[in-house]
Formats: sequence, structure tokens, C-alpha cells
Amino acid sequence: MTNPQLNERGELTHLLTLEGLPEEVIRRILDTAVPFVSIAERDVKKVPLLRGKAVFNLFFESSTRTRTTFEIAAKRLSADVINLNIGVSSTSKGETLLDTIDNLVAMNADMFVVRHAQSGAPHLIAQHLSRTDRRHIHVINAGDGRHAHPTQGLLDLFTIRHYKKDFRGLTVAIVGDLLHSRVARSLIHGLTTLGTPEVRAIGPQTLLPAALESLGVRVFHDMASGVRGADVVVMLRLQSERMKGSLLPSAGEFFKHYGLTAEKLALAKPDAIVMHPGPMNRGVEIESAVADGEHSVILPQVTFGIAVRMAVMSILAGTS
Amino acid sequence: MDIEIRNGRLIDPKHGVDRTASLFISAGKVVAIGDAPPRWQARRVIDASGLVVCPGLIDVSARLREPGFEYKATLESEMEAAVAGGVTSLACPPDTDPPLDEPGLVEMLKHRARSLNRAHVYPVGALTVGLKGDTITEMGELADAGCIAFSQADAPMSDTQVLWRAMQYAATFGYRVWLRPQDAHLSRGGVAHDGEVATRLGLAAVPPWAETIAIDTIVELARATGAQVHIARLSTHDGVVRVRDAKRSGLAVTCDVAANHVHLADTDIGWFNAQCHLVPPLRSGRDRDSLRAGLADGTIDVICSDHTPVDDDAKQLPFAESEPGATGLELLLPLTLKWAVEAKVGLPVALSRITADPARILGIDAGHLAIGAAADVCIFDPAAWWTVEPRSLRSQGKNTPFLGLEMAGKVRFTLVSGHVVHES
Repeated sequence: MTNPQLNERGELTHLLTLEGLPEEVIRRILDTAVPFVSIAERDVKKVPLLRGKAVFNLFFESSTRTRTTFEIAAKRLSADVINLNIGVSSTSKGETLLDTIDNLVAMNADMFVVRHAQSGAPHLIAQHLSRTDRRHIHVINAGDGRHAHPTQGLLDLFTIRHYKKDFRGLTVAIVGDLLHSRVARSLIHGLTTLGTPEVRAIGPQTLLPAALESLGVRVFHDMASGVRGADVVVMLRLQSERMKGSLLPSAGEFFKHYGLTAEKLALAKPDAIVMHPGPMNRGVEIESAVADGEHSVILPQVTFGIAVRMAVMSILAGTS
Repeated sequence: MDIEIRNGRLIDPKHGVDRTASLFISAGKVVAIGDAPPRWQARRVIDASGLVVCPGLIDVSARLREPGFEYKATLESEMEAAVAGGVTSLACPPDTDPPLDEPGLVEMLKHRARSLNRAHVYPVGALTVGLKGDTITEMGELADAGCIAFSQADAPMSDTQVLWRAMQYAATFGYRVWLRPQDAHLSRGGVAHDGEVATRLGLAAVPPWAETIAIDTIVELARATGAQVHIARLSTHDGVVRVRDAKRSGLAVTCDVAANHVHLADTDIGWFNAQCHLVPPLRSGRDRDSLRAGLADGTIDVICSDHTPVDDDAKQLPFAESEPGATGLELLLPLTLKWAVEAKVGLPVALSRITADPARILGIDAGHLAIGAAADVCIFDPAAWWTVEPRSLRSQGKNTPFLGLEMAGKVRFTLVSGHVVHES
């Protein structure tokens, strides 16, 4: 299976998923992001790496936070940013997804940042550009359905590396709704590629996909055993529409079994860090004392997210 | 016209024939095999040396898209595709728009098909009005109009009470009931097999028990009602096991598999290849291997094309939003031959799965070449390779998982009722 993200020289041309990305590509992105963190602390928060480039933020599914961080990242690289909130699914409402893309290409887009409710939409766009010989246009997946959210995965990796220095020897526990989580899938691929020896998935059967172990994780249904001895605890967001129905009886019962409390966190390593991709549901996935506590690195994640997105964009812009 | 098909490898699975012989056709029927009849004067001689001569293929599921979906395909294009694929008889499922739930539609379809002088078309009537699963259709009227069986196609049948009554009613009059086993609730929203690929790609899944629970229901109701049931499009290992057990217990149930599912598994989806978005979903390699074993041991009676022409616009969408289905009439023979070679199954057995066996399930006198039989004949070169590409397909549907691949098995001549309707 060829990797549609890499060109014939093995360079990154799109960022669609962390699955199948070579370790050196991931490490290069993380290394490139390091100096971008300090740019944000300067008076003039801009570098000219993307000057004259047009970055289209193409959000078929609404998101304030991810769109904003991509916008900030692109602007700090001096790109022109165009935000399009399409908001509805591509089918049945007139213009198809690929028609939209062709129109934007005609407006001389250099890079698409795509958020879509359907798994695989960014792949479809990348394949379409390649089939129609417009390989110089780059696609960044900003979250597709349940499939992947590679920049979130990278910022999670960046955060873990920042606090833990190395992945070898780490135990990372991912807790909650993995079935619907693109964040979890991307993080799992990234962690296993970078040599993390133990990645754990913790949740009820209803919120874990069937063949999760095939991704290289250990599955736990009991939170206490899953969190015990962990270096990193990643809490996933529980969408409100999943809180009641055939997957879960209530948000309260989810918190009872899988909410992160100080008591449960005490089972992890004393220097464990707590992460969350946001936006948090306080009292559902995580109690406030933990979210705001000394182990929490949830706000640094956001800061690092901008640096990581700058790194991805600058690397793609350097690939012709 | 009197036609002599000279010196081909004549394979007639039903009658155990596999030898080099000439076939003599007159007045639309087979009149002699081997030696010419007295005073024989051929108006046309087809040299079939090096070619296989077999009964015209019979496809138990080919969507012709009429009425209602003429922008995807027309009867003209799909009947051309059928004979180009060596298919001389086909059954079309009722999921047209409107569905085949009233006799006028069926008569019109039969009339249109007859006027094209291509393959024989056998409509499958809707089991319930509008395929909605609540009111049974006028099966007697539909049967008189030409329906050879009744089915829900891929439409869900969640009310087991209605299914039971429909099967009782059909059994009363001896009508065949064809059912695709898929529990409507368990498969709701799913687009891929509940395995590694769906987990990796984040696709909503259809668990295997969506099929097995439905098979259990169908088998139990077939026992209770005595209805003559055909189970359509098996996809799972456990489904094959259940049908095998039901047959062993003496139940007269039959079943089929789609040609794509004989060769492909969920891993072929790769990075969201919408060509592999099929119904039922492609399952694991182990499931596929069981389907192949079931075909070889006769648990699965028939290979069908499950021909579903889908236009490009409907495939150029994210996987879950893309329309399921693939063109298949012109691939039925090559894919059956590919299975025969890979599974080391003899040509007569393999061809039986697309000639004599489907004829038995349709209840028609076709799919064999005895003297006096209708001269529906397929003449193909088993060693000729060709590439599956849009321009090599007659069907208006150009989408198939096999696009760009090479296939062995090229139909040279197709005869329907003694007329050459295709040659290449």
C-alpha cells in the first residue's frame, strides 16, 4: 500500500494521518516545532516562511479552536489565510466536495486545511489533486470523522516529549470514547511509531472499536488498573450526543467509572502528566481539581499546538 | 439460422459433458452434438477451436437501473454489457424507482427487455409494497406478470412478523423468496466490516452477527413456513457455517455469493477506496476464504455479479457517503475463472456455479446444452487477457474494485435463442 502523503523522494506532501509515517518524518516535525515555540514569546511573532502563500481553512464541520490555531499558525508564517466554514456535509446540497476544491484551486490555493465529518475526506481531496496533476497543492487533515487528527496527535507527542524527554520506557493511558475518537487513533499511531512500549486504551466495550488491539494497544475496562503506573494520562472528550443512549446510560455514570479524579490519578506515577485535547467537559471526563492541578499540561498543549502546526505548514511549503 | 460451433471444448456441467465437440443449432435450439444431423447445411460456422463452449451464463442479481435510475444506466447499455459478458439470462432485483411492486412495471420491464433482443430478463418482484417492509405485495399478480421470485433487495425488513407472514403467503402458492441476510438494526449506519480496517480508518462498522442473526431468523422461518428460500450475498465465515448446517439438516435452502466477495477482503479498501464500498461489506480474509471453500463444496450454490452500475459522481465522495456497488456483468466470467484457477477447481464445477446452478434457483429451463435446449451459448477464450478499464466495459457503470487490473477470460461469441448477439 503506497503512502499517499509522501512523494517519490519520501518527502511529506500532505499530512493526512500519522499511520504509516516514518519515524524520521515525525521526529523532524517535532524538532522543527521547537524553535517556533519561542517565536510566540517574541514581540514580533512572525517569520516569512509562507509569505505569498494562500492557506485555505476549509471547515466542513464547525470548530472554533482548531480553526483558530491553524489560522494563527499560518499568519505567524506570514501566509494569507482564507477561512471557509462550509458547515454542511458535501452531499445533496448542490456542489460536491471535489467541485468546491476545484473552485478553490482556481483561486490559486497553495494549501488546504480540511476538517470534515466523514472519515477519508482529506484523502479523497489529496487523491483528486494528484490525479489531476496538481501535486504542488498540499492538504492538511484537521480532523476527519473518526479517522485521524494528525496535528493533534503531533502536538500530543510534542507535549509528551517536552515533559518526558523520551518515549522509550513510557506508559501512556488513553481514556474514554476511543470508538469515535480521531484524536486517539492519531496519538496511538504516533506513540507506537516512536517506540512507546506500553499504550493503554481504557473504556467500556461500547466505546472501544472492535479490533483496537491490532493497533498495538492494551485494552483495559477498569480505570484503576489502566491508570496504575502510567506516565501520561490522556483524557478524551465525550461528545454530548454519546452521553445518553445505547452506548452509555448517563454522563454521571461515565464519570463514576472513567472520570479522572485526584484519587484515580494517584495510582499513576507521581510525576504523571494529564492531557486533554479540549474542549473539556468538567465533571464528565475530568474533575476540575485535576484539570487545573499540578499534573495538568492541558494549556501548554494548546500553545504547543500552534508551534506544531507551524512546523507542519513550513515543512509542506518546502516540499515542491 | 443454422449455426455450427465447430471443435470447441464443450462444457455442459449439468450433463457432465467436457469434451471437444461441435454444436449444431437450428431454429433457436440445440439440434445435435458431435456429429451433424442428416442433411445439415450450416448458414454460419463458428470456429471454436481453442475456445470453451458452454451454456450462456445466468446471473441471479443484475441491476439494470430501470425504471428510475436511467442516469446511472439504461436497459440498452446493461443488456449490451450482459451479452458482452456471456450472460444470457439474468434476474433483476426489485430496488428500482419505483420498486417492482406492481404488475404494470414488471410487464413494461419485460417488454422493454424483450424488444432489445438481448439476454432474457427475469424480474424479481418486491416482497413488500415499496420495499417498506410492512405490507405484502400482490404476489399472484406479480408472478403472472413474470416475477420469478420475491425479495426485499437490500431494503431492511425489521418487522419479523411481516417477514413470517410474507414467507407463509409465498409458501402457500409456491413462490420463491430471496432474502439478503442483514439485521436492520445491527447494520444501521455501518459501511465496513467490524474489524481491523474499520478500526484503523474510523469507519462505522457492520458486525458479522448482523448477517448470522438474520440467517438464523430466515432459516427458522423457512422451517416453520416451508417457504422456498434463497439466501442472497453471503459474506461471513459464520454465515457459511450456518447455511452448511441448515442444508445438512435437510432444509432445501440455497444461497449465493457476489463475485467481488470471492476475491476481495476489507484490507482492499486501503486508504478509503470507494470502489470497495460494497453491500454487504467486504469482510476479513478468513471470511473470504470460507466463502471460497463454501463455493467449492457446494454449500454456496451460485456466484452472481451483483451488478450495480454507479456513476462517477456517486463514487467520488468520502467512503461512507459514496454509493455502494460495482459494475459486474462483464466480470462475472473472468472472476469465476480466476477463482477456479486459484482454488484448483475444475472448469466444469466452476461453470456450473454460473450456469446450471443459477438455473435451478431461478426455476428456469436454461443453463445447459442438451439436445432440444434453447441455444443460449457462451463461447470464450479462457487464456485471453484483457485490462478492466472504462473503455473496455459496455456497462454504463465503470466503477469496480478491479479497475486497471488484468483478467483472463474473454467472451468471443454470445448466442441467445440461436442468434449471435455478441462477438468480439
